[in-house]
Amino acid sequence: MISMFLVIGLLTVVTILLCLYRAVVGPGVFNRVAAVNVVGTKTVVLLVIMGYIFERPLFFDIPLLYAMLNFIGTLVFAKYLERGELCSW
Amino acid sequence: MLVVDVTVAILLTIGMFFMFIGAIGLLRFPDFYTRLHATGKCDTLGEGLIIVGLIIYHLFHYPGTPLVTVKLLFLIIFIFIANPTAIHALVKAAYRRGVKPWRWGEGRR
Amino acid sequence: MNRGEQGFGIVVTFCIMFLFWLILSGVFDAFHLITGGICSAIVTLISHGLLVKGRGERVLPKSLRLLLYIPWQLWQIVLANVDVAYRVLHPKMPINPRVIEFETSLRGDFALATLANSITLTPGTITIFVEPGKGKFWVHALAKEHADAHLVDKTMQGKVAHVFMEW
Repeated sequence: MISMFLVIGLLTVVTILLCLYRAVVGPGVFNRVAAVNVVGTKTVVLLVIMGYIFERPLFFDIPLLYAMLNFIGTLVFAKYLERGELCSW
Repeated sequence: MLVVDVTVAILLTIGMFFMFIGAIGLLRFPDFYTRLHATGKCDTLGEGLIIVGLIIYHLFHYPGTPLVTVKLLFLIIFIFIANPTAIHALVKAAYRRGVKPWRWGEGRR
Repeated sequence: MNRGEQGFGIVVTFCIMFLFWLILSGVFDAFHLITGGICSAIVTLISHGLLVKGRGERVLPKSLRLLLYIPWQLWQIVLANVDVAYRVLHPKMPINPRVIEFETSLRGDFALATLANSITLTPGTITIFVEPGKGKFWVHALAKEHADAHLVDKTMQGKVAHVFMEW
């Protein structure tokens, strides 16, 4: 079963590398922000699978925290790009 | 044990297939809005399926720590609520800034 | 909000935060319980106005109907994801995107947020903009069938209005 998890983890890394093309090339800033958000989401899956490969099932606070950080980072970027400023003080 | 292993393998494979669809959609589609259609949603479902498979694996191979499944379930619920909200925020910002949608017959952007 | 409703909000928020701490830690000795109580109290004092607003009208039937709505939603997500997978892998890529606009009869915050989330989760449509005063939605659709499902059919709006009792 562990070898199956290794194969799934490697395929996830391949999809992350495919998304990096859009992060480099994408015309304009919005395509790049979307690609970074997608890479963050796939990283959460990769962390959960790695918790099972190394047989440490008490590891799962870290993917939960990273999912929250990724979400808040994308929201902050979207707010800044829409208004031109982050907080109106 | 064999039935559990086969079920987990099937769920993981289907989830991986949807994540590949998401990455290929990000490369193939011609415009910003259509790319977000492909990734934002196929990604969420693929992740949900992979983590459900891992929950089933955990229930049968590590029967001593059942609270971890609640943590993983919370992760699934959070992803299903947070990913579409982030996508909506990005699309709203792009529409306000004047990124035009693509029509059939134009060139790629 | 008068003092009675504020007290209700504080108690409910503290209970939810403490339950969350218990589920995430899993250890039930005195040190962890007291630390959890202090942390939940601090978080409740800072943000008790955000989660619970007032006593809420008929919360229990709404929550039960929401729990019944979720399996139908999951089935729709799976069906429509298969459709988008077909459009991505097809060599000619049969998409025809357009922006549509429609009105609904929902007015509450939570109902509008649920419908916007459901529209974004169902592949084929993304919510662009919501006007809370009139219940108008601007939606970007991927093909004609997805646009018709919201303009002509209106199944999803009917189900969300049934859950939140706002016909």
